[in-house]
Amino acid sequence: MSEFVQFLMSGLTVGAVYALVALGFTLVYNASDVVNFAQGEFVMLGGMVTVFASAAGVPLPLAALIAVGVSIVVGLLLYWCAIAPARGASAVTLIIITIGASILLRGAAQIVFDKHFHKLPSFSGDAPINLLGAAVQPQSFWVLGGTAVIVLLLYLFLERTLLGKAVLATAANRLAAQLVGISTATVMALAFGGSAAIGAVAGILVTPITLTSYDVGTLLALKGFAAAMLGGMGNPLGAVAGGLLLGLLESFGAGYISSTYKDAFAFLVILGVLFAAPQGLFGRRAVNRV
Amino acid sequence: MTILSVKDISIAFGGVKAIDGVSFAVAPGQIFSIIGPNGAGKTTLFNVISGIYAASHGRVELDGHDVTAMTPDALAARGLSRTFQNLQIFQRMTAAENVMVGRHLQERCNLFADLLRLPSVTRQNRATREAALSFLDQVGLGDSADVPAGSLSYGACKRLEIARALAAGPRVLLLDEPAAGCNAVETAEIDRLIVRVAAQGIGVVLVEHDMKLVMKISNRILVLERGRTLIEGTPREVRNNPAVLEAYLGKHGAQEAARA
Amino acid sequence: MRSLSRRSKTLIALAVVIAVLPLTFPSSYYLRVAALVWVSAFAAIGLNILMGKAGQVSLGHAGFFGIGAYAVAIGPTHLGLPSVAAIFIGTLLSALLAYLVGRPILRLKGHYLAIATLGLGVLIALVITTESRWTGGPDGMPVAKLTVFGWRASGSDVWYWLTGTMLLAGAWVALNLDDTPTGRAFRALHDSEVAARVAGVDVNRFKLQAFVIAAVYASLAGSALALMNGFVNPDQAGFLHSVELVTMVVLGGLGSVVSSIVGAAVLIMLPQMLTVFQEYENFLLGLIIIVSMIFMREGIVPMAWKLMTRRRA
Repeated sequence: MSEFVQFLMSGLTVGAVYALVALGFTLVYNASDVVNFAQGEFVMLGGMVTVFASAAGVPLPLAALIAVGVSIVVGLLLYWCAIAPARGASAVTLIIITIGASILLRGAAQIVFDKHFHKLPSFSGDAPINLLGAAVQPQSFWVLGGTAVIVLLLYLFLERTLLGKAVLATAANRLAAQLVGISTATVMALAFGGSAAIGAVAGILVTPITLTSYDVGTLLALKGFAAAMLGGMGNPLGAVAGGLLLGLLESFGAGYISSTYKDAFAFLVILGVLFAAPQGLFGRRAVNRV
Repeated sequence: MTILSVKDISIAFGGVKAIDGVSFAVAPGQIFSIIGPNGAGKTTLFNVISGIYAASHGRVELDGHDVTAMTPDALAARGLSRTFQNLQIFQRMTAAENVMVGRHLQERCNLFADLLRLPSVTRQNRATREAALSFLDQVGLGDSADVPAGSLSYGACKRLEIARALAAGPRVLLLDEPAAGCNAVETAEIDRLIVRVAAQGIGVVLVEHDMKLVMKISNRILVLERGRTLIEGTPREVRNNPAVLEAYLGKHGAQEAARA
Repeated sequence: MRSLSRRSKTLIALAVVIAVLPLTFPSSYYLRVAALVWVSAFAAIGLNILMGKAGQVSLGHAGFFGIGAYAVAIGPTHLGLPSVAAIFIGTLLSALLAYLVGRPILRLKGHYLAIATLGLGVLIALVITTESRWTGGPDGMPVAKLTVFGWRASGSDVWYWLTGTMLLAGAWVALNLDDTPTGRAFRALHDSEVAARVAGVDVNRFKLQAFVIAAVYASLAGSALALMNGFVNPDQAGFLHSVELVTMVVLGGLGSVVSSIVGAAVLIMLPQMLTVFQEYENFLLGLIIIVSMIFMREGIVPMAWKLMTRRRA
């Protein structure tokens, strides 16, 4: 039983990170139809910048804030320098551009930081908490709690504020949104900046558990994408559900089936979803006009 | 004798019935036109018949055989060809190559022979190209054979699509607004072309907005409104039908037309 | 005398370049780099058939490259097979995998297809990295030299000519395809899938053919590289390599054999020229991808062609 709870908790924890990455994907995808591969790099930046800033003497909370700020700036630059100039390019071209961006960011991180693994201190100490016989790290609760807060804030923003509605409107029909006076540039900035911030926070929350290094971004992006697909591309609630589900799948799969192939589960999920139900768990089947 | 028979076709998109119980029959050599106001479902009907959409109800028969659930390429093999309202030519291939693709089913296509460009392939290419050139001549594009299709004029592209459709040797040809966007001279050419095609024994189903063209060359006309058949008959029957006038011009407009 | 077709002219020009180039090389190091370019160009030509001609996308193509590479490593070492047989088996495996997985994958379009192929490539690389008993794991494994009828293929000059000939053969086959029913079917389904269908083209069958052809090219290239280097590692099947291959094809200019060769040359030679900046490899690759996709969307060769023809006018 304790083993089950162990897997459950670690699955939910890593699933929360996937959920946040997937949420970032969804935000950008909804606003711009772009699948942003660099999403994983925001998580990397969150962790790495915090580590290096605090190593330089900056107090930890401030370092975290700086990390989120840097990530937001990078997200905005990504949109302005790489995505906006490629307006009208095909979906595949845009994906390749974001892949290029993620490689560039990884290369930059390699140069600016280093190639080693780095850790952040846990927020509330390392003494494991006993939960139904399983030893759970307190940081796990920070991750889960932080994710819940972000999801709630995002929901409130999108559903309850005018600016949030503007984002949803642009996602539904960009031209119509422009015609009623919604500034696409603002919406894009919000979407890219927002997803960058979400990614950075995820990185800061999870680095005490999983460590961070210059190249954690790629695998996270792929898994976050798998989660977004599982939940239904473009559906924020689906992204969260997909992320948690994927985390659990990975954790239980690694625990009960094969731990060496832990990473494979995400890709099997991608392929499975794409073949069987491309609209994911919560998506709607699209009808195309010929 | 019927070459194409459409029986009680219906299709719905997310709760909206785009086509509701439409039926008609076309004989070889006949020119059968489908007209109707915008949004009536004409192109949707074509898409169902040509296998691009799957009907939710009804039957399509080609020469007596049930072809309702067939894919477009299977239908092509059985003798059904079509053109598109929003041009679907192969932009980056030359005009001749476009029509050569139309001959695809008449060619022997073996991957290894093609990878090695065996002499049999070269011989076949020559034959296919000759056939393509003759179809281009038929539609008046003989001089543009080696021009990239993307750089041809709009009217020329429309005729190119017809040439490509004819190259497949169809028994039924669906033409989706072949004269759209064409000037009077081009429309007259298309008019003559369609009559020539029908004279070869091909059953032509035509969707058009150009009333003069439709009334002039059609043997029978079906008027579609909001996915349903309003009336089917000869051009004269349709032209003077008050319900047709009302569908196109509205109640007020129809009254005006009646007074005119 | 009938003038030579464009096909023949391209092949002759390529043969001349391959034959004459070594005369300009000051050392055997350049022979090695050139051989590397020939191998990558070979893989790029195959991928170009899939992406440039048939209009599909594969972000996992290095997976097939890896299968070919590891086949010639595992075959002789673990199964006692001669290298030539291993090349053949690797190619067969890649073709089979491409055929089986291609059927469902190619029903997808746009970014769904991109991600699915990406997932496939990553899975292949994952298996290679994990099954260390067979593959030597993340550190890779050595590859026995190619021996044919007692003659051992080693040395930069030998491999230069072997890979050059390979490239010529691959280019010949790819150029052959264009003016054939298969080639026309590829280009037709690229320009308008629905119109191709309506003309009688079995679109699914041809997409699958393009996918398998591209996989075979990649597998052969992988085998060649492994035999040349005497070593394989999982990075050759990895995501980054897949991205490099796609970049070569797109950078050069989707759609022609020459473009693929140019793209491969640029992408291989650039980091070689900047060996000082080894650390900057990732950064530069990312930059190249972004810049070329934004500003040179059609590719170097078509752009250069346009510039040259415009100046003449």
